[in-house]
Amino acid sequence: MSTPRRNNGEGCDIAGGKIRCLKARAVLIDMEEGVVNEILQGPLRDVLTARSSSRRVGIRQQLGCGTQGVRLGVQGADCGEGTGSGLGSCVLNLLEEEFPDVCRFVTAVYPSAEDDVITSPYNSVLAMRELTEHADCVLPVENQSLVDIVNKIKHMAHTGKPGSVIKKDSTLISGQGGVSKSEKPFDAMNNIVANLLLNLTSSARFEGSLNMDLNEITMNLVPFPRLHYLVSSLTPLYTLADVNVPTRRLDQMFTDAFSKDHQLIRADPKHSLYLACALMVRGNVQVSDLRRNIERLKPSLPFISWNQEGWKTGLCSVPPVGHSHSLLALANNTCVKPTFIDLRERFTRLYRKKAHLHHYLHVEGMEQACFTEALSSLSSLIEEYSQLDATKNLLMPDAPRLNIAT
Amino acid sequence: MSVVTVQLGQCGNQVGQELFDVISSDTNDAQRYRPSAQGKTYHACSQERFLNEEITGELSARAVLIDMEPKVIAQAMATAAKSGRWKYGDQSFFCQKQGSGNNWANGFCVHGPRHEEAVGDLVRREVERCDRLAGILSLMSVAGGTGSGVGTYVTQCLRDAYPHSFILNQLTWPYGTGEVIVQNYNSVLTLSRLYQCSDAILVHENDAVHRICAQLMNIKHISFSDVNKVIAHQLGSVLQPAHTADTHSQYSRNPMGELLSRLVCHPEYRLLSVCSIPHMSSSSLAYSAFTWPGLLKHLRQMLITSAKMEEGIDWQVRAPPVGQGTAEKLSGFNTSLANLLILRGKDVSSADTCGFLDPALYSPWLPAEGAISTWRSPLPFNKYEKSATLVSNSQSLLKPLDLMVGKAWNMFASRAYVHQYTKFGITEEDFLDSFTCLEQVISSYRHL
Ligand SMILES: Nc1nc2c(ncn2[C@@H]2O[C@H](COP(=O)(O)OP(=O)(O)OP(=O)(O)O)[C@@H](O)[C@H]2O)c(=O)[nH]1
Ligand SMILES: [Mg+2]
Repeated sequence: MSTPRRNNGEGCDIAGGKIRCLKARAVLIDMEEGVVNEILQGPLRDVLTARSSSRRVGIRQQLGCGTQGVRLGVQGADCGEGTGSGLGSCVLNLLEEEFPDVCRFVTAVYPSAEDDVITSPYNSVLAMRELTEHADCVLPVENQSLVDIVNKIKHMAHTGKPGSVIKKDSTLISGQGGVSKSEKPFDAMNNIVANLLLNLTSSARFEGSLNMDLNEITMNLVPFPRLHYLVSSLTPLYTLADVNVPTRRLDQMFTDAFSKDHQLIRADPKHSLYLACALMVRGNVQVSDLRRNIERLKPSLPFISWNQEGWKTGLCSVPPVGHSHSLLALANNTCVKPTFIDLRERFTRLYRKKAHLHHYLHVEGMEQACFTEALSSLSSLIEEYSQLDATKNLLMPDAPRLNIAT
Repeated sequence: MSVVTVQLGQCGNQVGQELFDVISSDTNDAQRYRPSAQGKTYHACSQERFLNEEITGELSARAVLIDMEPKVIAQAMATAAKSGRWKYGDQSFFCQKQGSGNNWANGFCVHGPRHEEAVGDLVRREVERCDRLAGILSLMSVAGGTGSGVGTYVTQCLRDAYPHSFILNQLTWPYGTGEVIVQNYNSVLTLSRLYQCSDAILVHENDAVHRICAQLMNIKHISFSDVNKVIAHQLGSVLQPAHTADTHSQYSRNPMGELLSRLVCHPEYRLLSVCSIPHMSSSSLAYSAFTWPGLLKHLRQMLITSAKMEEGIDWQVRAPPVGQGTAEKLSGFNTSLANLLILRGKDVSSADTCGFLDPALYSPWLPAEGAISTWRSPLPFNKYEKSATLVSNSQSLLKPLDLMVGKAWNMFASRAYVHQYTKFGITEEDFLDSFTCLEQVISSYRHL
């Protein structure tokens, strides 16, 4: 499934350059009407049907339509707040039950430490368990990283070094919802996540010499079923004004993708251990550019012993609007561990005092066991990453081969 | 007699399209530049082998295109039609909406069985259009999910449906790095199964062909299309009409039968490699002259050092004196079981192949007389005034195979990615069986 849904039977109406004949394959879910209604009345109103916002029915309807074409549900979930984390996980179960062949991708937003919701560690850990057990792939995004990125861009816009003006249509400020003052702060942050999803699906949506379907991402990047958290980085994030990017800049894009500043969670993949890595490139980039950059970067990136050549590449010839090329790097890397450890600490700090627990326990079906199980699920996940981390600087001998009697 | 080609997955379809292109252009050249009887019979023989004449007079390939996604097939059919010389049959393809996601198990356990009937029907229709079937040629890669998984399943079905026909699988082996992380698993699963049902496996290694493009053809930005042209050139020079020692001045009837009976005399040894000389860009071709002794001298050294191109061959390696045990074989020396030499072009009858008769090149347990066969055709092939191709059943694939199995085994030792396969019904036992099978093959070739 790589295309928006075209409503059958209706004549195409592109009045005023607006899309009316295409309907988004999307289901909007929230427990209070405010947010969804706002979206439904916003600029996207034409691509969403009012029905999209209902619950169970809506999902089945969307996934059921043209079953052939539908192979994948990409979902965004918020790990901190109630609806996103709780209902999101429940939807995940529902999807798994009803559409077992559908690949379940989740972008999960992790709250920052100063999150205004006190119980967010509870929600996150409870949600994590579902994500670990039921999703095929999770792309964690940390609010704090998004904030950092947005601030850095603002800073660059204000210091206004000669020649360093932010391009009007750079990744961040393309379309509506840029970083201008009147915007709500979340718009710019959400834009980054939206671009992540756009790049993720571009190879399935457009032509390219090396196509990469979404199911190829899980196949190549998830060596063990629970370890499916992929750290993503997006370049260019801080595009400066000049369009004709010479080769040096192209190589810079590859370098950037591995730097701390470009990760969508606060982590440093270069100093942790790679289990596998995918490079999804868009624009006028050749296989030889890919090979050159992989060769160049490889020596500085530690890969696990049995996957020294763990690279997967995709080339999509259509660049994002306003760019000559872009790169989305997805890494299965043990650098997610600190985020999880941090989360566990904040969880235990609350849980030790049983703070706010009663809010949860009076909900039917919620028992204390849910908390302990979720915690141990998280702990064993952390442990699995630690075990792999421990092999990092060891020289692993080749496994002794099978003996054949001659 | 005719050959039915089955193109599977992205690689198989792209290679197949280039193969038919070389064949059709070479066949047309033969008729255009050799209006003699010689050119005419070559043309007729090649056409019967590879092309159908439609009622409209158009020529369509005796081929079936299979992929689990539509983009590649659409591209191949359009490119073929654009040539104006040949096309694919309008109904000769089968595709689905989404690929096998690089998962061999998905291709083999899910897509293969699900579409068995549709694919079987397409192949049968092509077979029924042949007056006589020489054999089936399958083209595929081993690294993805469709070519390798569906391809293996389809080959098994074809073996059941055509128990007495020859089945030859042309496999493209992956680059060492960079495209599919699970490529070694997919390769191991494919090779071990094909070893049971295919008559022979003819291998092209992407890395080796890539080097030919870079160093011999001087191509700066190498695309898959460039790589595929080289593969197609080599395959075409094997499959186009030629005289065998028995047929003298007539073209051999069944190229696949001849090839297999000459090269695969023992079921334990089914891996064939191929190399050609010369390879060069069309611009330098016009200014180059070659002699048969020169070409064959290089080709022989390529054989014994198992090099895929003439540039940088090691001239120090020599055949050991006959009578020495296998253990004392010099390092770097490539022992053969059987070789087939195909010579095409000017003065071909004068070419002296005695360098390949040397018993020292061959495993001692086979009579050396049967070990080398030569086919000849006086017509230039694919615009090369003279060209020589060698198909070899020898140790030359031992090293890459050993490397591939070794990497897969290392990964398997930690059970990484195995769950992706068990999800579709391939168990750890199945993996172990495949490893055992290939370790056996490695051991057999090593002790030639
Ligand atoms: N020589 C050559 N190799 C190719 C070509 N296309 C893909 N490959 C190689 O084939 C392998 C990938 O397999 P594909 O054939 O693309 O995969 P597929 O059979 O379509 O299977 P899925 O896409 O996984 O469903 C890699 O090793 C590539 O290097 C081609 O046109 N020529
Ligand atoms: Mg494919």
